[in-house]
Amino acid sequence: MSHDSHGHGGHGHGNPLADAMEHYSHLSFWRKYVFSTDHKVIGIQYAVTAMCFLLVGFGLMLLMRWQLAFPGEPLPVIGKLLGEALFPGGVMSPEMYNQLGAMHGTIMIFMGVVPLSVGGFGNYLLPIQVGAHDMAFPKLNMMSYWVYFCGGIVMMLSFLMPGGAAASGWTSYPPLSVIASNAQSWWLVGMVFLITSSLLGSVNTIVTAIQLRVKGLNFFRFPVLVWAQLITAFLLLLAFPPLEAAGVLQLMDRVAGTSFFLPSGLVVSGEQLHVSGGGNPLLWQHLFWFLAHPEVYVLILPAVGIVAEILCTNTRKPLYGYKTLVYSMIFLGFTSFIVWAHHMFMTGMGTTLSSFFQATTMIISIPSVIILTTFLLTLYGASIRYTVPMLFAVAFLPMFAIGGLTGLPLGLTASDIALHDTYYVIGHFHYVVAPGTLFALMAGVYHWYPKVTGRMFNQTLGKIHFWGSIIAINGIFMPMFFMGLAGVSRRLYDQTTYAHGKVAQPLNVVMSYAAWSLAIMQLPFLYNLIVSLWKGEKVAAENPWGGTTLEWATPTPPPHVNFPATPEVFREPYQYNSARQIMPQFSKEN
Amino acid sequence: MTQNPYSLGWLPINISTHGADIDRLIFVVHIFMLALFVGWGVYLIYCLINFRERAGHESDLHVKHFKLPTYIEGAILLIEVCLLVFVSSPIWGRVKNEFPPEKDALVVRVVAEQFAWNIHYPGKDGKFGKTTSEKMDGTNPVGIDRDDPDAKDDIITINQFHIPVNKPVIVRLVSKDVIHDFSIPVMRVKQDIIPGIEIPIHFEANQTGEFEIACAQLCGLGHYRMRGSFVVETPEAFAAWMADQEKEQLGGGDATAAQPAEGSQPAAANAQAPAAADTAKPTDGQTAPADAGAKKEGNQP
Repeated sequence: MSHDSHGHGGHGHGNPLADAMEHYSHLSFWRKYVFSTDHKVIGIQYAVTAMCFLLVGFGLMLLMRWQLAFPGEPLPVIGKLLGEALFPGGVMSPEMYNQLGAMHGTIMIFMGVVPLSVGGFGNYLLPIQVGAHDMAFPKLNMMSYWVYFCGGIVMMLSFLMPGGAAASGWTSYPPLSVIASNAQSWWLVGMVFLITSSLLGSVNTIVTAIQLRVKGLNFFRFPVLVWAQLITAFLLLLAFPPLEAAGVLQLMDRVAGTSFFLPSGLVVSGEQLHVSGGGNPLLWQHLFWFLAHPEVYVLILPAVGIVAEILCTNTRKPLYGYKTLVYSMIFLGFTSFIVWAHHMFMTGMGTTLSSFFQATTMIISIPSVIILTTFLLTLYGASIRYTVPMLFAVAFLPMFAIGGLTGLPLGLTASDIALHDTYYVIGHFHYVVAPGTLFALMAGVYHWYPKVTGRMFNQTLGKIHFWGSIIAINGIFMPMFFMGLAGVSRRLYDQTTYAHGKVAQPLNVVMSYAAWSLAIMQLPFLYNLIVSLWKGEKVAAENPWGGTTLEWATPTPPPHVNFPATPEVFREPYQYNSARQIMPQFSKEN
Repeated sequence: MTQNPYSLGWLPINISTHGADIDRLIFVVHIFMLALFVGWGVYLIYCLINFRERAGHESDLHVKHFKLPTYIEGAILLIEVCLLVFVSSPIWGRVKNEFPPEKDALVVRVVAEQFAWNIHYPGKDGKFGKTTSEKMDGTNPVGIDRDDPDAKDDIITINQFHIPVNKPVIVRLVSKDVIHDFSIPVMRVKQDIIPGIEIPIHFEANQTGEFEIACAQLCGLGHYRMRGSFVVETPEAFAAWMADQEKEQLGGGDATAAQPAEGSQPAAANAQAPAAADTAKPTDGQTAPADAGAKKEGNQP
């Protein structure tokens, strides 16, 4: 496995890697830090942009939380600033609520979590962990980021449309989305950008992981994170195109008068809808969930990879059942393509189809349980060092367990009758993605921060961030299960319209205060990340945590081509010798 | 009113004949989940404390192979399969497939729109009059053709769904505009309504009372107030109510002048355009036509 992409083999004038670094150092500021083809710069761009969007998405929810806790009361201070059109008298209007809801979901998933975990961590770490000097297609990589950036801008600008942003939920079910205001078209265009970006990135990841592995790094010597990113890339590559096609079809329904998703004879607001008709709204749902279920594993697999790396580094013992874990992830990835219709049990599905999707849903729970089990058993007999990233990684385990377990009553059709489209669902997937994936991503940010920046973050602030976040985040999502059991539908602007909603309304107040507390608890995180860039203690060591994978062989922070000399891999990751010292993959000694 | 032992403290009361099975399944699944979570949690806390880094403690590098987790995983799969095959699927089959004969049941059409439930009773002849989308307008929400002989005695109400107790009910669900979801929490009934498709469901109530229909699928800005009144009453009270409706809607034999019972304004007048009158007082349902019927009803016990 050679690396010709950077070498100038055959010129015979010195070390090609040194030449590449030399060439890079002469680039202008723009080529070095903005339109860079270096995977590390792109990874940081992805991560920073995605974290900004995460804050935006979270901010939208903080606004909604006011209306949910105190329906009909004017938002203090900001309500007046946001304009009479959508906040009459400072009170959030139902249109605004629906916009915030739809955009919260879209931003968090497509512009926040996936770009951070795949674009950020994948881009930065995967090439280094396979010993490559860059991604296989550096220019494609740069393009992927900028297409994502454009998609994000389009989404953000849609808030400025007359009437505001898309308001049909992040799922955008037609016919509602087709008869919605113009902002829905912007949403669809934005999605086409975001999907295209993911496709470009996934091709790059697959080729890099498979083709640019250094000598000695066979597949079963991959760090778990590389496996996770590789499987994720396949999911993105195979699942996103149907949604991209569906997005274009919906756009055509909106602007070109087609009726892929519109049946004949619709009457909206007492008026006949003049469309060609003959389409089917369920087609969209199938296409959408054919992406969006694998998407769940796109959200969770990189998190699993990050947690594996951090657990193995801080337990100071090998991973329990490496191969089992890898096979489980592959199985999970494959099975995620045949469970999508469990999101559609209430659409009028008969027994045959629902039996199939119930069965696959039960089957997919098993690899998830195995993944959790391997992590739990890795802790057995360990010597656990509670660094800040380790705290987040450990917290991921019970949070992911709650998220996974609460999928059970939703996956069984009979119990789903009571729980479908209630807050129970919201609680379930937020446990997977928020205290699950996002905690893992925060763990990753802390874990690789010294490597990326060359500075150490403040441990005390990190611990405050952790304990504050874990308490607050459970205060948000745990009450949702009770609210869902009480039968409260999701996406309600004001649940006190209903008697059963009124009963559960006090829970909303608890959740809102917890959400605002969670926001406050992110301040030490942001302060820590930014201020430590200048004030943090300098990290000179290549391997401050004692990791065993290739990124810890690079200088801190890694230079342009990552490795001054092409490394070689001699063993599996996460190995220790009899003296309980690490045996890094890149170290020849035994 | 009997206490529901499977309510987990939060489920709404159940007044349907099939709901107890669903509640029991939810209860059992939650016990199973809780057992797993507590088991994992105790083990996790043990590990976190016992295997923490400290002086004199070293990690154990001897590679162990635990058998127990495999058995636990097998047991989880077995329990899930049992729940699926012996509990969930049979309930689902009964709810979805085993319709009562139409002659023994009350058959009703529910025509959903932004943001109201139009309830269409077939009347004395038991036959639904012809309905077409061309005829749907503000005064004729279900688009009934009153010239059709079957339509002469049809009763149409808005947000007022009355049924007799202890009698099977078949509801044919259709939507005029977008996807709605016909949800009656106390009946453990929930069904998406897909425009272009008529979806039948069936249920039977075993208690009387006044409850609510909720929309469970985002259907636009008025989704939160798409609330219908759901009244389960004795057969006598139901017959009396129906007679009242007949007098009101069909009285004087002039069927062509028939009007829906409640809220005769078009409920969906503001489906798209942000309506100033509607948003000015978001929590005050008075201005919302869809609430006109529901407002009269007291809240459920």
